[in-house]
Amino acid sequence: MSTKLSRSSASKAVQPEKVMFPGARDSYFTSQFGFTAGEGQGLPTFRAMDANGRLCEGGPTEEELGITKEMALRLYREMVQLNTLDVIMYEAQRQGRISFYMTSYGEESLIGSASSLRPEDVVFGQYREAGVLLYRGFTLREFMDQCYGSVGDSGKGRQMPVHFGSARLNFHTISSPLTTQLPQAAGAAYALKRESSEEGRVAMCYFGEGAASEGDFHAALNMAATLGCPTIFYCRNNGFAISTPSTEQYVGDGIASRGIGYGIETIRVDGNDVWAVKYATEKARKMALGDDGKGSPRPVLIEALTYRIGHHSTSDDSSAYRSKEEVEDWRRKDDPMTRLRRFLESRDWWNAEEETALRDETRKAVLSEFSQAEKRAKPPISDLFTDVYDELTPALKEQQQEMERLVREYPEYYQSVREHQGSENV
Amino acid sequence: MSLLRSLPLGKRVISHFSPASIRTFERRTMATAQTEQPDGLKLGVAHSNLLASTPDLGLSNQELAGMGLQTEETRRLNMCQAVNDAIGTVLAADDSAVVFGEDVAFGGVFRCTLGLAESYGKERVFNTPLTEQGIAGFGIGMAAMGHTAIAEIQFADYIFPAFDQLVNEAAKYRYRSGGQFHCGGLTVRTPCSAVGHGGHYHSQSPEGYLAHTPGLKIVTPRSPLQAKGLLLAAIRDRNPTIFLEPKVLYRGAVEHVPIPDYELPLGKAEILKPGKDITVVGWGSQIYALENAIQLAEKRLGGVSCELIDLRTILPWDVETVCNSVKKTGRLVIAHEAPMTGGFGAEIAATVQERCFLHLESPIQRITGWDTPFPLVFEKVYIPGVIRCFDGIKRVMEY
Repeated sequence: MSTKLSRSSASKAVQPEKVMFPGARDSYFTSQFGFTAGEGQGLPTFRAMDANGRLCEGGPTEEELGITKEMALRLYREMVQLNTLDVIMYEAQRQGRISFYMTSYGEESLIGSASSLRPEDVVFGQYREAGVLLYRGFTLREFMDQCYGSVGDSGKGRQMPVHFGSARLNFHTISSPLTTQLPQAAGAAYALKRESSEEGRVAMCYFGEGAASEGDFHAALNMAATLGCPTIFYCRNNGFAISTPSTEQYVGDGIASRGIGYGIETIRVDGNDVWAVKYATEKARKMALGDDGKGSPRPVLIEALTYRIGHHSTSDDSSAYRSKEEVEDWRRKDDPMTRLRRFLESRDWWNAEEETALRDETRKAVLSEFSQAEKRAKPPISDLFTDVYDELTPALKEQQQEMERLVREYPEYYQSVREHQGSENV
Repeated sequence: MSLLRSLPLGKRVISHFSPASIRTFERRTMATAQTEQPDGLKLGVAHSNLLASTPDLGLSNQELAGMGLQTEETRRLNMCQAVNDAIGTVLAADDSAVVFGEDVAFGGVFRCTLGLAESYGKERVFNTPLTEQGIAGFGIGMAAMGHTAIAEIQFADYIFPAFDQLVNEAAKYRYRSGGQFHCGGLTVRTPCSAVGHGGHYHSQSPEGYLAHTPGLKIVTPRSPLQAKGLLLAAIRDRNPTIFLEPKVLYRGAVEHVPIPDYELPLGKAEILKPGKDITVVGWGSQIYALENAIQLAEKRLGGVSCELIDLRTILPWDVETVCNSVKKTGRLVIAHEAPMTGGFGAEIAATVQERCFLHLESPIQRITGWDTPFPLVFEKVYIPGVIRCFDGIKRVMEY
């Protein structure tokens, strides 16, 4: 980063004296005084496809990017499905039918990163990564049951909507505290490194640029780097953390510049370009496993620049801190789904009729699962007490009995609980 | 978050806690202890009757006898050696087990991990960067993959940066996923409690904060034999467990510890001395102050018979053993080093009051640290020492 200093010093001294202090191994002494905060332009942003859906020249070939008609259509269908799910669930929250929701509008190309992972790779997310689950085979029914807290929810109705998780799909359950999953992903990756499987597995870890301000970000990147953990840190830099614009989040060159400071190989990509996201993740995976011939297992950082088109959540009206025009402008100008659709249409892989048919079919499927989940019972009261520990403690047993007594003794006050659950559960 | 960072005289302060200086400190306190006390008491851990001073005493542990453990041999170990023994036992038997934290690779600042990196390799016993939240999160991640993660926080005083990871993450991992994931293989070991000169940040007992967290287990041993058995149980327990090690006992407490692999039960208190007039509950190093206080009470209060209970597991705690004892004695004194307000003594007192109301002959008395930060030069008047505990027993008996 301090190119000016190094150039001037190097020209004066043929053999600059290397620093011997243990804290910095690659430094040398200079008499040129100066502080540095990085210079000139920020790190470049890799893109494979422009905003009009045309592949850029001079970059990786189509084959290298993994472009096939089958893959392109799959990615597009998943993005449309995610978008449809978001539209309907957002509306459902507005009608008071579920308590909370968060959309992925504008960040659907995240699905491209999922396509470069193996199913056995372990995923740690923040909350705006439903696309990864969708790609891995989380069913519409599973999405609905979680948002409704219905009896089919593998989380047993305990967490707020969109806190998905699936052991079957190696997707660790989402929690609300931001960034806590980062050091966990480093630890999980260390465990994976110790498991001597032939293929090798990585831990994929998603987070937003706001979350990167938490102390756990620092802890995780430094630990992953020092301990050689095969973790891919994937930052969704969408410009906002609720109302806080990234200009109030940091002064440096985004999140990517920090990766370099931790000694982590880093790339910044166009997060609205599904091919760039896919390609970067594929390469990162190889590097993380040490399969790129350049070293042993190690972490990699991807910063994907994008724009949060939707509100932060259903509890947020983003017009209070940014203009509707700005959002509309982004949606019109550049949107990952539109971009991929332009790409598909330019190759005659897609047309308006297919678009209408896909939209209709997806909408019907989502609505059908939606109404079924709404009718399903809630989990039994006993699920309130289990899984705190592997076994019920004596105190929990007593408290469970006490709760059951109350429901029996004051049925009129626990009517809704009884109705939801069916009498056999009480 | 260690002294190295917070004080300009870092090196010197660290060496303050080196084994050599701890030995010096202990010699000093032992010397004090050996001077004749007003009531002819021999104060301190060194003179405790609760420690197994012979192989026979080490082997006669009732809980071990109940397990049908085949053992005829013991080793005389202090508590840091017993901790080391337990960790080594796990590393030998469980290939997924790893040990990590600040400075654990060279043996740890208290020598609890001495020799383990040499025996089991750098991949399994390794230093982390200096970040408690990172250590806790990293351990959760490893445990969530089904591995055994034995993390060390250098002093319990520095567990607070990891509070979010422990309370919001480790404790809720199983519950929030509907049982799909858990981090039960995580154990966080940390030295706690007073050490004579630890000041604010090398003396704290944070069990009260942690005990308000469903999903965690919190365990604290009083001796080497207990430390080995409880730590082995804590590491193998399928729930995230915080293991608080009273650092004053690392070298101060020495006893005969059975050589084989054995576990002592979590969630079970131990009646150290049966009695009929008053129940006295404590844990960790506080047990030794209580032992002396009871000796004094039985001497000065004409035939008072005290029942001493070591709680051992703070969460989930053994309500049954404590309440059965109080129903028998009708009186209860609880003592702990942590401050009174919101301390775990309050939880015990409230529960016993609820369940033993008709049996109580006097108000429940809590003898604890004062509601101040842990002070340096005032340590002797801060801690709930022998006299404060004796006075509490006396007041309860005379009520």
